[in-house]
Amino acid sequence: MKRYSGRIHSFQSMGAVDGPGLRFVVFMQGCPLRCAYCHNPDTWEPDAEEEYTPEEVAEKIRRFLPYLKNGGVTVTGGEPLMQPEFVMELFRILREEGVHTALDTSGVGDMQKTGRVLEYTDLVLADVKFLTAEDYRYYCKADFQKVAAFLNLTKKKNIPLWIRRVAVPGINDTKEDIIKLVDFLEEYPNVEKIELLPFRKLCLEKYETMGIPFPLADVPEMTETEAGRLRESIPVRYR
Amino acid sequence: MFTQWEGFKPGIWQEEMNVRDFIQHNYTPYTGNGDFLEPATERTGKLLHKFENLLVLEREFGGVLDIDTQTVTSLLNYKPGYLDKEQEIIVGLQTDRPLKRGVNPFGGLRMTRDACRAYGYELSQKVEDEFQYRTTHNDGVFRVYSKETKAARHCGLITGLPDAYGRGRIIGDYRRVALYGLDYLIEQKQADKDRLSLEVMDVDHIRQQEELYQQINFLGKLRDMAAMYGYDITKPAADAREAVQWLYFAYLGAIKEQNGAAMSLGRTSTFLDIYFERDIAKGTLSEVGAQEIVDDFVMKLRMARHLRTPDYNELFAGDPMWITESVGGMGEDGRPLVTKNSFRMLHTLYNLKPSAEPNLTVLWSKNLPDNFKKYCAKVSCDTDAIQYENDDLMRPQFGDDYGIACCVSAMRIGKEMQFFGARANLAKLLLMSLNGGRDEKQNIQVGPAHEPYGGEYLEYGKVMELLDVYRPWLVRMYANTMNVIHYMHDKYAYEKTQMALHDTEVHRFMAFGIAGMSVLADSLSAIKYARVRCIRDEETGLISDFDIEGAYPAFGNDDDRVDDIACEQVKLFYEELKKQKLYRDAEPTLSILTITSNVVYGKKTGSTPDGRKAGEPFAPGANPMHGREKNGALASLNSVAKLSYQYCKDGISNTFSVVPEALGKTEEERLDNLTSILDGYFGQMAHHLNVNVLNRDTLMDAYDNPDKYPNLTIRVSGYAVNFNKLTREQQKEVISRTFHETI
Repeated sequence: MKRYSGRIHSFQSMGAVDGPGLRFVVFMQGCPLRCAYCHNPDTWEPDAEEEYTPEEVAEKIRRFLPYLKNGGVTVTGGEPLMQPEFVMELFRILREEGVHTALDTSGVGDMQKTGRVLEYTDLVLADVKFLTAEDYRYYCKADFQKVAAFLNLTKKKNIPLWIRRVAVPGINDTKEDIIKLVDFLEEYPNVEKIELLPFRKLCLEKYETMGIPFPLADVPEMTETEAGRLRESIPVRYR
Repeated sequence: MFTQWEGFKPGIWQEEMNVRDFIQHNYTPYTGNGDFLEPATERTGKLLHKFENLLVLEREFGGVLDIDTQTVTSLLNYKPGYLDKEQEIIVGLQTDRPLKRGVNPFGGLRMTRDACRAYGYELSQKVEDEFQYRTTHNDGVFRVYSKETKAARHCGLITGLPDAYGRGRIIGDYRRVALYGLDYLIEQKQADKDRLSLEVMDVDHIRQQEELYQQINFLGKLRDMAAMYGYDITKPAADAREAVQWLYFAYLGAIKEQNGAAMSLGRTSTFLDIYFERDIAKGTLSEVGAQEIVDDFVMKLRMARHLRTPDYNELFAGDPMWITESVGGMGEDGRPLVTKNSFRMLHTLYNLKPSAEPNLTVLWSKNLPDNFKKYCAKVSCDTDAIQYENDDLMRPQFGDDYGIACCVSAMRIGKEMQFFGARANLAKLLLMSLNGGRDEKQNIQVGPAHEPYGGEYLEYGKVMELLDVYRPWLVRMYANTMNVIHYMHDKYAYEKTQMALHDTEVHRFMAFGIAGMSVLADSLSAIKYARVRCIRDEETGLISDFDIEGAYPAFGNDDDRVDDIACEQVKLFYEELKKQKLYRDAEPTLSILTITSNVVYGKKTGSTPDGRKAGEPFAPGANPMHGREKNGALASLNSVAKLSYQYCKDGISNTFSVVPEALGKTEEERLDNLTSILDGYFGQMAHHLNVNVLNRDTLMDAYDNPDKYPNLTIRVSGYAVNFNKLTREQQKEVISRTFHETI
């Protein structure tokens, strides 16, 4: 294995919904979470897919710089913090070249290494899925403490934070759920934006191909109208 | 000096025919936003309503409202026609009634007969008699076509040739009529004729003398045509409305005379803005009045029609006229050529609803005013009706007074013209090379006989050697064919009105084209990077299918391994073109453009080594093949951006479809991001981009419920089309194209 190399699921040269402006999006392979509504089950397995060095990926990205002036690069996954050395090195290179870097994460990772990634991160997109340890364990097979610790770290380092939340009908889609989330985030002055993403089932085909059951197959999709109504509970300064 | 020029800044344009000089001295760049624009007036609304009713009828009648089978179309052959004589501000129709089509048998009599029959009409005996002793362009061409040209046409190795209809892609400088009036134009041409009559009378000069005679003759007819509508256009236009009317008469004369595939308008908006500004400054015109004139003008343009056969419609679907109007761009002195009238022209897409015509083409530069860029992005998102071409790439070669003919063909207005030549099928060239010059579908010998490819698996080096045998043959045959077509077109269907609105000494391009570029590139990539096994037909022994083992890099992923192959093949083709001797010493150019012929070409082409099955459509223009783009939209754009304009000076067409959500969450974000895409793409010296911002679901719904979407306009290769006017097959192909979406 080459130094700092990372396993990458895929590249999307044009992302317009993962951070500001037009963005090149890198999907990292491997994720420690198992969210019930995960859209990318094909990114779970950490040992799958091709390996790239950070410089190889940076070289790919350079071809797109003419488009990215008002945007930048977003690393998502999978969970990027499973491969912190790679992400750190990639962000270091990009930063040096004046490219805006965004990390899209669940927050679950080794805190010390994560701290080093954040040194080179311009924006964090953090998915705050639930607010209790029970829910995190039940729906995501993950530890809420780690998420909270991560959010505290971004606060300490004063890194702009966009919070994202997938609203799933019957699970976390009430007005109260949103108000609670907003209250919780009061503690974080670095939060700039709260984005609500309506639950969709476009991933069904992927699950079928992979031969694994989709746990929320029976849950209805959230309509844009409902999502719009929920968004009204988000204070204007976060929209 | 003419009194009509009062208030204009003087310049060399007053001493010689020089529209560019007039524009440069007199125009007012506009860097503001679109807030000044006015909605359609009640009068415009009423007129539009009347026009829309006719469009409904036209659709109900199967696409053609009426045909005058008794009268051969020309400038003076119909009585004046009106949509609403009392209400129109700009007047003039091709025939005596709106949307009624004339017959134009100068290109070919059989074609005209067939076109009439396709819509339930019969060409009158009168016209049949008139043409009994007349040679048409089509007659001339077939008198001399070689056996190999006929075979290549028959199997679809070259298709869409203008050998039975007008070649088009010639832009008259219609502005000259408004600026100078016809008397001056006729005087100038007469002076040229007299001067040149002193030359040695060789074939070229004799032909030129006769052409000048015809040009002068038709300028006279143009004068008389306007007089029939009650206008004297012998002198310059005195105000904005007259300027638009004079200019439109000139264009109308051209489309009454010629049924060229593309009858483009040129670059008129900023020229006309000078007249609008003068009237507004004088207080004789308001913004409402200015927009009303532009709306009326555009409504007239939308009424232009030619009679076509069903075969023609397969290649060029949707009844297009390619009334291409080039908007924006930068001047050589660094000032933007954007004016308020550039906005007004685009604004017609709101006032008169979205439409395929005129074919509004924005000449994009990184230095265009931000407000204009943003307005264009908004028009794209709202209407899907405009295309973009790279002014920073074309201006150094064509100056700052060029226009686009048809889809992507640049030329200096009034100074350059082209001999249009459709396109050759590169995928078929590959198959023919493997099969020793035989057509894979019809099993006839088309090219020179050669030992067919022998082995079981295709080897890259061997395949390249075979291409090097058949490419030069194809190009030579194609060039010969083009020489014949354009010799005969000049002889039997010369564009008298349009060429009268050119300088007498004109530079000529001969525009060749290729289709199936991405199929060829992917096929060669498959041969090089995967293993491709030949499957031979048991009866004929022809290689008729392929089995691909393993994966290969496909064009459209910004992967140099295959993108380099594409670039190399384009270069090889162009270099072969440069070796040919061309009619009237034309300069060869090449385009990668298909219009909608990618469907027909696909139908006529057997299975290819990239995995495409026999009969399946090609990708349009220079687009990557559908569904093979795995790295998102920008990677796809980057692959196309690598194709060099140096070898494809006649244009590289790329169509980009994206769902609104993938461009951003809010309108503001979407407009900014679309602007970034255009800046990024053209910053790499890419040439052309059609932009569609819409959902596949909308198209699928329109496929099932056409009545719900009377104005649904989409961009296809190089032009816009009303979705309802495509054949079912073409609609399906458009739906199956890649829509970039991220979730």
